[in-house]
Amino acid sequence: MSSEIRTKSVTISNEEGLHARPASLFAQIANQFNSQISVTRGEESVDGKSILSILTLGATQGVRLIIRAEGTDADLAVQQLSQLVESGFDE
Amino acid sequence: MQILEGIPVSPGVAIGEVVVIDNEGFRIPTRFVTRDAVDDELLRMQHAFDSVAADISRNQTRISNQLGQQYGAIFAAHLQMLQDPTLVNEVTSMITAKHHSAEYAVSKTLRRYAKIFQELDDHYMAERAHDFFDLEKNLLGKLLGRRRESLSKISTPAIVLAHNLTPSETAKLDPRFVLGFATEVGGPSSHTAIVAKGLEIPAVVGTGHFLTDVSGGDVVIVDGDHGQVVLNPDDKTLRRYQEELEQHRSLAAELSVLRDLPAETKDGVRIQLGANIEFPHEVNACRERGADGIGLYRTEFLYLGADEEPTEEDHYRAYAHVIQSMDNRQVVFRTLDLGADKLGQLPRHEEENNPFLGVRSIRLSLRNLDLFRVQLRALIRASALGPVRVMFPMIATLQELRQAKMLLIDTMEDLIEDGYELEEKLEIGIMVEVPSAVLMLDKFLKEVDFVSIGTNDLIQYCLAVDRSNKDVANLYRASDPAVLRLIQSTILQSAEFGVPVNLCGEMSTSPKYVPLLLGLGLRSLSVPPSSVPEIKQVCRSVSIKQCEEIAERVMHLESAFEVDAYLTDQLRQIFPELAI
Repeated sequence: MSSEIRTKSVTISNEEGLHARPASLFAQIANQFNSQISVTRGEESVDGKSILSILTLGATQGVRLIIRAEGTDADLAVQQLSQLVESGFDE
Repeated sequence: MQILEGIPVSPGVAIGEVVVIDNEGFRIPTRFVTRDAVDDELLRMQHAFDSVAADISRNQTRISNQLGQQYGAIFAAHLQMLQDPTLVNEVTSMITAKHHSAEYAVSKTLRRYAKIFQELDDHYMAERAHDFFDLEKNLLGKLLGRRRESLSKISTPAIVLAHNLTPSETAKLDPRFVLGFATEVGGPSSHTAIVAKGLEIPAVVGTGHFLTDVSGGDVVIVDGDHGQVVLNPDDKTLRRYQEELEQHRSLAAELSVLRDLPAETKDGVRIQLGANIEFPHEVNACRERGADGIGLYRTEFLYLGADEEPTEEDHYRAYAHVIQSMDNRQVVFRTLDLGADKLGQLPRHEEENNPFLGVRSIRLSLRNLDLFRVQLRALIRASALGPVRVMFPMIATLQELRQAKMLLIDTMEDLIEDGYELEEKLEIGIMVEVPSAVLMLDKFLKEVDFVSIGTNDLIQYCLAVDRSNKDVANLYRASDPAVLRLIQSTILQSAEFGVPVNLCGEMSTSPKYVPLLLGLGLRSLSVPPSSVPEIKQVCRSVSIKQCEEIAERVMHLESAFEVDAYLTDQLRQIFPELAI
């Protein structure tokens, strides 16, 4: 299987932003993939598999993030993670 | 060896091993470990992480069962944070690359994250900082285990180093084991400084950051005379300080012969020399040093040492002990003199921009009548046991004095109704420490039995200087001619009205000011117990005539600098050993 790169821009829609529980969900799902996953806010990029790093982005409602995955399952990873964010983390 | 400059707040020299106390009151025993110990530290760290993770999982299960899945989910987040590879790597590399102890690496790393969150704009996110403090606390708890010591449990002689000691932490220190202390922040008139003086522990504050340079067990010298802290002194320095310590002891022994002699000038004028105390146990020091009474009993410690508001009985017990121990010598009680920020028991007040111009001292008491009444009841009851005076602090207006007096009289009537037998009359006075009180003194003098000049606040309010702000601290001078005029005016007006006047600020602790104050007409001083012999010696070495000449000269000088230079020179002639 060949390595691929996928990116997608998403907007935080849930009221409380990317706080502990959503960040936790995000990292949990990210960790299920082989791909390297990063999350970018403005100029800052962090490891999408690290809850601490995600939290330090301080992404509140309305903030735009870019999810980037690189690896064999990049397509699915970006699809699932962006869906999670856009659904407002099922809150 | 490293020498730090700070602000000397409590005199004396202490030499000893270090105990480092971090902000949360945890004692972090060492910041560095030896190269050989790195593997052990990593194991300890791993163990602590595993153990906290197990605790969190247990909590998660328990809460999920009790309240449902969604409440347990927050613990899942905590667990994930704890096991986050970024975090684990950071802590690990502090231990392996910098040889930090596991405790230090954990504390440093988690606090860094906490700080990131505190600085986030979003209120909800900022609150997440607590998660990190929480994790830090849990990890430190595991790492330190039984070695975790609180301040009150220090049981071998040591020097306490900390970023900052809160007044209540300071109050819990056991002077038998604490040789001295140094803090990175804090100012000279901070409550901590006063407490240190009360406990007669050498102390230096405001040295700037140094805690990263010391580890538990290092030898440190705290020089409370010159405001220096020497980390890991070399042999020569250590010897020099040991000799100085010896000299301190022999001067004290020399002065101790004065105990039973009166504070009387060469021309036979008797000076009332009282002592300032903070804690009831200090009455012993007052008696040992031959004080004429307690010129200032600060009652704050009752509020600071405890987590709960002290009861009437708590107050009464402390007051009764002091009065009875002083065998019919006068005790002057000052009612609560604290800022709202220092009182954990009260509902939180709004953040004040200028606490020293805000709700503190008598203003606080008059706004919290229930709190004030408890103290007044205990004071009035205790006044039946011996000669007692009650003094209200920080009085700025006549209305404040009248309100406080009215409340006192009310309380007295309540007590009589409750069946207490009381003295008919309780002497009431004010602290003169706000310039407005000096300006209005002729009015005040008709309504009080005595006044006491509190120089610390008087200087601060007269010269508009916050002494803990190092950029302006040099303006804070007891010898400033404006301050001296306020003091002179207070003494003269009181004499005119026949009202006794005392001076209980830090100014009277400095031997060089004593001849000046006597020359201005002051006949009553109150100083910390440790200063009583020294000040008594000065009183016994001068005549009033000589003092009046000194005062006459000083009141013509135009700057604090000239006044200090002149007075130091005079003291050198009167009592060379004391001139510094």
